[in-house]
Parts: sequence; structure tokens; C-alpha cells
Amino acid sequence: MSATAAAFTPAFTTLSHRKTSSSSSTTVSTCVARLSNTSSSSPTPSTPSLIRNQPVFAAPTPIITPTWREDMANESYEEAITALKKLLSEKEELAPVAAAKIDQITAELQTPNSKPAFDPVERIKTGFAKFKTEKYITNPTLYDELSKGQSPKFMVFACSDSRVCPSHVLDFQPGEAFVVRNVANMVPPFDKVKYAGVGAAVEYAVLHLKVEQIVVIGHSRCGGIKGLMTFPDEGPHSTDFIEDWVKVALPAKSKVKAEHSSTSLDDQCVTCEKEAVNVSLANLLTYPFVRDGLVKKTLALKGGHYDFVNGTFELWGLDFGLSPATSA
Amino acid sequence: MAQSILGSSPVFKAECPKSSASTSTISGSKLKYSGIEQSQLGFLNSSKSNLALRLKASREGVGLIQETKVDTPNLIKKSKDGTDSFTEMKQRFLRFKKEKYLENLECYQELAEAQAPKFLVISCADSRVCPSYILGFQPGEAFVVRNIANLVPPFENGPCETNAALEFSVNALEVQNILVTGHSCCGGIRALMSMEDEENSSSFIKNWVTVGKSARSRTKATTSNLSFDQQCKHCEKESINHSLLNLLTYPWVEERVAKGLLSLHGGYYNFVDCTYEKWTLDYKRTNGNQEKGGYIIKNREFWQ
Repeated sequence: MSATAAAFTPAFTTLSHRKTSSSSSTTVSTCVARLSNTSSSSPTPSTPSLIRNQPVFAAPTPIITPTWREDMANESYEEAITALKKLLSEKEELAPVAAAKIDQITAELQTPNSKPAFDPVERIKTGFAKFKTEKYITNPTLYDELSKGQSPKFMVFACSDSRVCPSHVLDFQPGEAFVVRNVANMVPPFDKVKYAGVGAAVEYAVLHLKVEQIVVIGHSRCGGIKGLMTFPDEGPHSTDFIEDWVKVALPAKSKVKAEHSSTSLDDQCVTCEKEAVNVSLANLLTYPFVRDGLVKKTLALKGGHYDFVNGTFELWGLDFGLSPATSA
Repeated sequence: MAQSILGSSPVFKAECPKSSASTSTISGSKLKYSGIEQSQLGFLNSSKSNLALRLKASREGVGLIQETKVDTPNLIKKSKDGTDSFTEMKQRFLRFKKEKYLENLECYQELAEAQAPKFLVISCADSRVCPSYILGFQPGEAFVVRNIANLVPPFENGPCETNAALEFSVNALEVQNILVTGHSCCGGIRALMSMEDEENSSSFIKNWVTVGKSARSRTKATTSNLSFDQQCKHCEKESINHSLLNLLTYPWVEERVAKGLLSLHGGYYNFVDCTYEKWTLDYKRTNGNQEKGGYIIKNREFWQ
């Protein structure tokens, strides 16, 4: 493993160029209009002027030289406006020209404030560099172990929502959690044809990695759950795949609609977010290897709900047991 | 229109929703699935028994606990006695809340109203390769799908969890970039390379990784002289490109890519020597070749 300096140098030249942000300040500036009869006699201030020192209007006299002076932020610009108004009232033909110039000044003012374009490559390059310097290089033993294999204790089902990554919310470190993320963090029932993707993950985690806990974590303001609650129960689908997927949690919707019909849609959605987790936990029981693990107590199931509106986290467990048999 | 239904902006203005009233209902609910379950309990093989399946959801609320104690981060290793990990998770969340959530409350409150991520990331579920961790995505930046071997099935395979997330992120969230990121020593790819050419399988894993079979064929054709490990490594990268091509089989994806509104990127994280390789699919030059499995990439970079 390399112990050399962390700054990475790409082997290939990057094609992206970051726009340098404009160095001009964004302090409030004042426009001063001064009347002068000559074009060069008035002393110009040392601060840069936005407008070139040239006549604004076609007429040779009078000449107005607007100058931007940042140190004049404290002075009222009303004096300048008054002077301009006075000039325009005296020379009415200058009004449209003045208006056009003001539009130009406004446009020029706006351009320095535009944000540099988002560069996705730079974003992940910076992210990777930070990871390498702050985490990878500072924990060589851990990463050496991980390069040889993984033995996570948890399998986590979390939503794909950009706001709920379990690595952030529950601070999972590399090697700790085998994480599946999908819309509305759902576990569908056992079906080798239709739901091979999730089934493969559960099979791998339980049988090969031998995880000890499966945690299904829902969250507030879940778009998938909201879709489930608002999609019509019958009729053609308006989406190619989304409705088909969120229907996995239909039992949760039915329960919420039956038991909480008088509450608002938003409250129903919160309840459904949690009930859907319970539906997923129950669906996990349809996998024989999960049941095996539960019976042997090598596996436990937990449900969770992360509420980022209120900054809370609920966690609960599913007790699974078989009462003693009776025979007749 | 899916967008209006699934848009994550709430119907109401930002107020604390009434959540406390509903929790007691949840904790008291019993999961009554015994009717369905019993038919699948054949493994217990007792013809005379009368099984009562007891499912109970027990609750331990974490809530807004004002705790000042902060544990130093502990890696949760496997424990032989099945130690309850409730406490550790609670401590972790409280630490997150104190150090990140409350420190950036305004950001989190804004995010609570709506998300506008610029990336859809399709990554493996492997515990070592969380994209938030290795690529530094912060809350709100990336809509993330994680499945076995970061595979994207083609449109014609029909509905599954990966393309539901794809549809939501592209059509509703309108992400501008899709990054399919693979990694070294991928168990799923290894399973793909190991499997026999059979139609049906008793294994879920095989049924899923078969989505990558065209990558496997291409790998086997071009690297037959290499060791199995080297072939797996080649397939790890090849399957990323085939997933990128599969993305183009979705009409609404291709439309956006053709208009320049969406870019498709591939990434490969090698955790043995901590390097990252990234590239972008050159749609204009690929277009027309993808049916034959051909593709052209551009802007390839290697970070170490």
C-alpha cells in the first residue's frame, strides 16, 4: 500500500476547466453622475470604474461620466438620481438613451454574480481525494483487512433518497453494513423471477456473509410512499415501473386508509412510511433462509424510521417465535 | 404525471408534523400473517403440530433524547452471543444528530422540503464501497441505488427495483448524471463468471447476476488467456459498460442523453490499492452501435 503523499495526480489531463469566480466584490456600490463640460479634466478616482470614461450620450455636451465607487456605499444615491432627473427634464431627447444605458449597466452587473457551472467529475474527484487522505491512509490496518474480505454484521435496507444514506445517519463505517437501497426501502416477498434483485441481496447477506441483523429503515417525506398513497388503486399505470414497485407496500396503504381515514394525507404518509417497514419485515419472513436464521437465533430483524424533519430516529425489533407444539 | 405525484415537496408549509399520536398505534399493531405463513412452514415437518406463529413488533423509541455523552466510534464487529445492537445504533444516531444535523440545521431543513440531487449513483451493496463514503456525497447530492454487482437490467426485462429508482430519478428528480460504479473483488461478478450456462437456477443470486451475461460473454471471449481472478476484474469493468448501454434502452434516458441533459458515467473503485477510475459514455459516437454491444467512452481518468 502506498504511503506517499496523498495528493493525487490524474494520469490523463482533465478536460474540464473550472471557471474562476469573479474577484469583484458584491458590496453595494453607488452610481454618481457628475456633470462636466469637458471629458478629461475631472479627476477620476483610483477605484476601477465599470463604465468606460466616455460620453454616455450622443450629444457632445453635457457629458455624464458614471463612476462606480465602492467607498460611496454610505452616501445616498438619491443625489445622483436627482441630478440625472434634472438633466433628463432639461434634455428630453436623452431619456431613451439613458434608459438603454441603464439596462446595459444592469446586465453587466448581473454577470459577475453567476455561479460556476457544476462539474460532476470535479465533484467526485474531490470527494475521492478527501476519502483517501482522511480515511484510507489514516486506517491502513482496517483497509488492508477489508481488501481481503468483508464480514458485515448488518444488512440494511434504506431508501435511495439522497438525504438518508445510512453511512451518514447511522455512521456506518466500511465493512459494517451490507446496504441495499431502493425506492421506499422495500423488501418484496420471495419471488425468484420477479424480485430476483432483492432476493439475491438477502440470500448473499444471510447465507454467504452471515449477517446478524437485517434492518429496514424508512424515512420522512418519502416520495415512494407518497406515490403509493396517491396512485389510484385501479386503472392503467402512469409510470413504467414506479407504480409496479411501490405496490409491494399495498398492505400498508390498506391498513392506513382503513385505520386512519380521518387524518390528513401527510399524516397518513408518515404512518404508511412506518407500516411499510413492517410489511417489508413480514416479507422477509417469506425467505426460508431468513426464517431459518430467526429460528436458530443467528439472525434478528429490526425496523427503523428516520425523521429528518424533526431530527429523530425510531428503532424497533420484530420478535419471531414459535410456541410449543401440541399434538392430539 | 409521475412528477407531480412523486415530487418530494410537501403539500403543506414547513411545520412540525404531528407524529406523536401515530406512534402508539404502530407499536400496538400486531402482524397477523399467520394465515399466509403456515403454508410455507413446511420445513418444520410436523404433521401433528399446531403451530401458532407469534409475531410481535416491540418498540424501543429513540426519540429526542437529550444526551450529552458521546461514545468514540466503535466498529460493530460480529458478536457470538448476539449482543443487542440497539444501544450502539442509538449512540451513532445521536452523534450524527449532534455533530452533523444540528450543526447544519438550516441545510437539513431546506433538504427536508425538497431534494434536488445532481447524481443518480448505481453502486454495489458491498459493505466496503458506500458511494457516500468513498466519493464524499453529502445529504442531498446523490440518489443512490445499491444492488448486487451494481447491475442495470435492460428495459425489456420488465419492472424491478433498479428501474423504478431509475425512472424516479430521471423523470421526477431530473438528475443530470448517472454514475454506475463498480469495484474490485466483487462477489456478484465472481458469481456471474462462475455460473454454468443454465436457464433456471435454484439460486436467487444466479437469477439476478445473469443480467450481466453479455458482459461475461465478452469477457470470456477477450480474456480467455488470463487467470480467473484477472477475468473477474475485467468483467467488473465490462459489466459497468454494459449497464451503461442498458441504460440507453430506456427511452426517457436515451432522450435526455441525446439532448445533452443527462450524462452517463462509469466508475471503478479498486480498494486493494485505493484507486478510482472514471469515464463517460460517448453517446454521439456510441449511438447506433449499442445493439451490437459496441460502445465508445471518453474522458477517462485514473485517480490514485
